[in-house]
Amino acid sequence: MHDGDLIWMIGGPQGGGINVSAEVFARAAAHGGQRVFANIEYHSNIMGEHSYYKVRLSREDRHSLLDGVHVLVALDEETLLGEPHPEFTSHPGHLRELVAGGVAVYDSAGRFSPQKSSRTDITFVGVPYMEVLRQALKEFGREADANRLRVMTNTVAVGASVFAVGGDIEGLCQTLREDFKGPRAQIGEMNARAATLGYEHAAQQLGGRSPFDARSLSAPNGHAKLPMLIRGMHACAMGKLKAGLHLQTYYPISPATDESVYLEAIQRDQNLLVVQCEDEIASIQMAVGAANAGARASTSTSGPGFALMVEGIGYASMTEVGGPVVFLWQRGGPSTGLPTRQDQSDLQFALHPAHGEFPHMVVAPADCQQIFEDSFEAFNWADRYQLPVVVLVDKYLSTQYTTLQDLKMENLVIDRGPRFNPNGHANGHDGAGGYLRFGFTESGVSPRSFPGDEGGIFWATSDEHDPRGHITEDAENRIRMMEKRMGKLDVAAREIPTERKLVVHGPRDADVTLVGWGSVLGSVLDAMDTLAREDNLRANFVQVRLMRPFPAAEVTSALSRAKRLILVENNYSGQLGSLVREMTGIDIPQKVLKYDGRPFSEEELVEALRAALAGSEARVHVSHRSA
Amino acid sequence: MIAEQTLTPKDFKTPVHINWCPGCGDFGIVVAIQEALAQLQIPPHKVAVYSGIGCSGKTPHYVNAYGFHTLHGRVLPNATGAKLANRELTVIAVGGDGDGFGIGAGYFVNSGRRNVDFTYLVFDNEVYGLTKGQGAPTLSRGQRTKSMPEPAIQDSLNPIALAIGSGYTFVARGYALDRKGLPSLIAAAIRHPGSSFVDILQTCPTYNDLMTKDWLEAQIGGQPRMYRLEDEGYDGVVANPSSVHELVAKKAQAVEKSYEWGDCIPTGVFYQARLRTYEEELEERLPQYRTTPLVHWDVEHRDVTKLADALR
Repeated sequence: MHDGDLIWMIGGPQGGGINVSAEVFARAAAHGGQRVFANIEYHSNIMGEHSYYKVRLSREDRHSLLDGVHVLVALDEETLLGEPHPEFTSHPGHLRELVAGGVAVYDSAGRFSPQKSSRTDITFVGVPYMEVLRQALKEFGREADANRLRVMTNTVAVGASVFAVGGDIEGLCQTLREDFKGPRAQIGEMNARAATLGYEHAAQQLGGRSPFDARSLSAPNGHAKLPMLIRGMHACAMGKLKAGLHLQTYYPISPATDESVYLEAIQRDQNLLVVQCEDEIASIQMAVGAANAGARASTSTSGPGFALMVEGIGYASMTEVGGPVVFLWQRGGPSTGLPTRQDQSDLQFALHPAHGEFPHMVVAPADCQQIFEDSFEAFNWADRYQLPVVVLVDKYLSTQYTTLQDLKMENLVIDRGPRFNPNGHANGHDGAGGYLRFGFTESGVSPRSFPGDEGGIFWATSDEHDPRGHITEDAENRIRMMEKRMGKLDVAAREIPTERKLVVHGPRDADVTLVGWGSVLGSVLDAMDTLAREDNLRANFVQVRLMRPFPAAEVTSALSRAKRLILVENNYSGQLGSLVREMTGIDIPQKVLKYDGRPFSEEELVEALRAALAGSEARVHVSHRSA
Repeated sequence: MIAEQTLTPKDFKTPVHINWCPGCGDFGIVVAIQEALAQLQIPPHKVAVYSGIGCSGKTPHYVNAYGFHTLHGRVLPNATGAKLANRELTVIAVGGDGDGFGIGAGYFVNSGRRNVDFTYLVFDNEVYGLTKGQGAPTLSRGQRTKSMPEPAIQDSLNPIALAIGSGYTFVARGYALDRKGLPSLIAAAIRHPGSSFVDILQTCPTYNDLMTKDWLEAQIGGQPRMYRLEDEGYDGVVANPSSVHELVAKKAQAVEKSYEWGDCIPTGVFYQARLRTYEEELEERLPQYRTTPLVHWDVEHRDVTKLADALR
């Protein structure tokens, strides 16, 4: 862990404005020159259940959260003490997560009082939220509206926390003003005033001295532009738009909905059609229909929705549609599972979605830049190899909110794959013309036409078919068609560059090689950094990015060099470990696994790796320490 | 294509061997589709025919047009996706009664709500043909065809009433062996802007020994069992679609009429209303949609840096 880094947390009932408060705080910090990594944990519930948002402030880029909290903003008592249940405690509250010397900001007019806590090594800052808000509103002659504007008590609390963390209140006020412009400018001013009064309250209670110094984390970014505060779902949507997406279909499901709603909100500006369907089956079938008509089409879902879509993947593969691209935002399974929590448990499912043997591709990006690139490239693969592509992402990647200076967008070229040119080919009215939509070619990819193209009439069927697309059960044709379709994966494997298949992070020659995929990347990078500093450990990380076609030769080469292998996955069984063994014969003897519905914190992973390195335990389980 | 060239039904035929049973009602429907397309003079490359699974699923292979033989129950979302992507296409969806009202019931209902401009023809023979004659959703309670071990113990659903309730804006019933009337009925359905549904009574000589050609064409008390709605002076067309009163009245009339069965089976148009299509709704949101099919939009030069900057 880095001594200078600060963890700020806000907790309260869902529907109480946690997200907005945390993001205003995060943006203000980012605008002030700090690097931000943040994430929200929430229940499958609209109002009332406990939710919290953690923000890590640092001088340099970080990619994960820490367990210890420096400043905790409590919007209710439950945030501090948890929800005691006679048999099963839902969560034990966050007070115990405060580091020694930490600060808890609470509503001194609420139910909590410091006597209820046994912590004597932390400081409580009690602020009468509503009273301070009334005072702020009074200055604008709006005191009577206090109850209606009650959510602004959050701003009072955040203002108080800015003093505790040693931050810049003017920066927060400026961010608040930026959020409310034009006719709503007064709301921004009132919020700024509420924040300032909260700040002054905390200053008074803390004797004018902040225990922490967030300002010291500020570092000019050296760029003309401020950094973005971006989520994985933004990077995904931007990659798809850049790729020339025509149509997005979806059925609402956590945690995939955010991406589709973001796209829907900008569809008018971006010339995009977003359709909310009656279910996931309709979503994928509509996307297949559109792709067959020439559109770049995609759909986004989570595990339960993907379970409904799978026949569509088989159909799209059988009829060699260019697409669709399916974005699978994993969440805790099985069945309804943990709808709003993290899991990496759908890798094997994404690899084997439907009956029969058919080609499709699966790619698993691990951070915003990779999500952007893979979301873009997936459409090229879909068109070039005429198959469906699954982009495997997860809840943690979708919701993590982090500073990023820029998305690298160079060298992204749209490739729609081979098109049929009807010149010289008559497509007779009797349907006996020269165009063979599924004609045998060296690569297995047959040039496509689209409905509406004159001379390009073809038939496509989910049954086995001849090169023209008509049904046949002929054995010889079956053999050739299977080889044509499956062979496209070999072509893809040859053509796709190595960096899209796997990424080796850290030194080439390491004492320990960690192996993993997707969203564990961030925690692994931070843990490797800490282990290098504190334990002098020289580790690297082999991140498998392309899952199908599996880069067996590249993975074998990377792993056979390793002195010691440890698998890191956010699931129960180590699904990538099984895949590596299946494809390369390499058995990774030790696994660090976490399957409690939460991502790895930096410390959790550091300790788990230390435990693994100290012995030869095959499975090291990590369990969550936060609510 | 030369402007003066006249398309004939032959232009919509394919040389593919048709493997339906001898005497199958499906032959009548495929010929009627070909005749309807010739009547409308739509070039084959501008037509896309979609099907589900089952005997009717093979229809696209027998029509010279873009043909997509999709999955069981999923024909309508496929057809919808294609139409939304390229609204210049004439989109025809076909399927059986099991495909449309059993496994595909959710898509049948929700497609009606959207009112996308396509034509859906259901080959309604009350049985699952390709799996050898099990009862389908339109087979009445108590009926037992020759291939069923036990009679049906569920009620049949009413496709016409279901279509009306779902929002289809052209709802009709045809008869597969009506050589004269069916092509024009299908042509009218294709011409109608919005979701058209035609429930086509189709004889399955192999498995359904109850709803046979002889039964359907029988005379009851000197009158044919099947009669045409227009011959009775029935008018299902909504003259003023902005009148909610008239819309509801015409729907109620159609639903009531749809429960006539047994000795009197009405055919023809039960209900028709010119209401805004999904595509017309999209024109409001996406003005380009009015003039250019979605697949031809310039989406390859989007500048996403503005979106990135908005996150700063």
